[in-house]
Amino acid sequence: MTFQGYRRRDGKAGVRNFVLVIPSVGCSQGAARAIAQGFKAAVYLPNILGCGQVGTDQALLKKTLAGFGINPNVFSVLVVGNGCESLLPEELGEEIAASGKPVEVIVIQKVGGVRKTVALGRKIVREMLSNAGQLAREPIPVSELILGTECGGSDFTSGLASNPAVGAASDMLVGEGGTVILSETPEIIGAEHLLARRARTPEIARKVLDAVAWWEEKAIEGGQNIREVNPSPGNKAGGITTLEEKSLGCIHKAGTAPLEEFITAASRPTKKGLVYMDTPAHDIEQLTCMVAGGSQIVVFTTGRGTPSGSPIAPVIKITGNRDTYLCMRDFMDMDVSKIVRGKETVRAAGKRIFEEIVAVASGKITKAEKLGQRDFCIFKVNMNI
Amino acid sequence: MANKIRAIVIHEKDTVAVALEALPAGAEVGVGIGDGYTRIRLASEIPMGHKFALLDIEKGAPVIKYGEPIGESTAPIARGEHVHVHNLAGRNQEKKGGRP
Repeated sequence: MTFQGYRRRDGKAGVRNFVLVIPSVGCSQGAARAIAQGFKAAVYLPNILGCGQVGTDQALLKKTLAGFGINPNVFSVLVVGNGCESLLPEELGEEIAASGKPVEVIVIQKVGGVRKTVALGRKIVREMLSNAGQLAREPIPVSELILGTECGGSDFTSGLASNPAVGAASDMLVGEGGTVILSETPEIIGAEHLLARRARTPEIARKVLDAVAWWEEKAIEGGQNIREVNPSPGNKAGGITTLEEKSLGCIHKAGTAPLEEFITAASRPTKKGLVYMDTPAHDIEQLTCMVAGGSQIVVFTTGRGTPSGSPIAPVIKITGNRDTYLCMRDFMDMDVSKIVRGKETVRAAGKRIFEEIVAVASGKITKAEKLGQRDFCIFKVNMNI
Repeated sequence: MANKIRAIVIHEKDTVAVALEALPAGAEVGVGIGDGYTRIRLASEIPMGHKFALLDIEKGAPVIKYGEPIGESTAPIARGEHVHVHNLAGRNQEKKGGRP
């Protein structure tokens, strides 16, 4: 089975064809925004970090920005630096250029001010867009898709309808040879031993358990014992009895395939099939991590309704709550509430979702894209200095 | 409607079904399992979103939902009976790090 996508020089396949403007530091974000403004196929990353970061955070920042540049949904990249930041814009540019795509780097302090930088940047973007426009979609096997899975604003329909239906779609994509990313470690607490049992090797299992232990300790340091407060009284009133049950409701959206790989936040999967990425559960940080890891398309289940989208990847919003769908149609792509009314099977809804994934990969525009939802937030562990 | 589905089984291995609406005790209800269908008489009232047993479950046996054990029964559970905090407990509530 194939979708219509864009073939890149590094052999990867994209579902969109953006020119991406990356401010390597918060100081050049304004210039980057002005550069991308008004161009339909050019987007910028609203990055406010890039300076005063240490250790793991500095590494995560570079990995995330580079990952967005390298993501196959991007045709070419313009890096906009300020000139005195700790993340060197030239280094960022080089890392992205190694993927074979065209990259330009401009620096405000070298060009001489914001106005000149914006004028120069817009000239570069215009040329890049004209080259991007030459590239046509071509048939590409769906096995080349890396599907990100996410849930947010959950309600009782999430564990009952939308997550199992997305799980069925995930299994179909894995069956076709594709890749599915499961993430948001704080949400798997309580069922980590069950997920670990599905790991292909003992090492993968150990990494899942270690990741959960890390998040738990970090949360306790911050004054919150996740295991103690879940399931909440509201969860119990809604019919959720145990922590395993609550977490399985979340995990189920990635289907039932064996776990082939464990990767850290914003890393690229090297295996096909189901891959676990260790990320926060914070919706936009998680989304940003998966797209930085090369996910070209994301399915996002929500019971209560969350409008989030990504600057470069289509996000398909799916709800099992009929009222939510009817009242927030402007950002809801799919309604699987028939499952809750006993009028559609999970498998049938999963098939519809799989077909939608292929259609969106081939160019169908999602509601979040229509709305211009371009949310971006880099995961960080420590304070800025 | 004779074949109306009022509860569903999420995974074929599950030993519980989930009520899609509030269901009265004594009712015989249609339960969707995959593409199939079965009928179960309820031994107790089941609120919407809550679980009931698909079969008799011994005390101390795992209760399966999403194809995985969500805990163990703390009392014998009869087919059609409400499964919740009074007869089901998680095994992973207290353990930090979740190591088995």
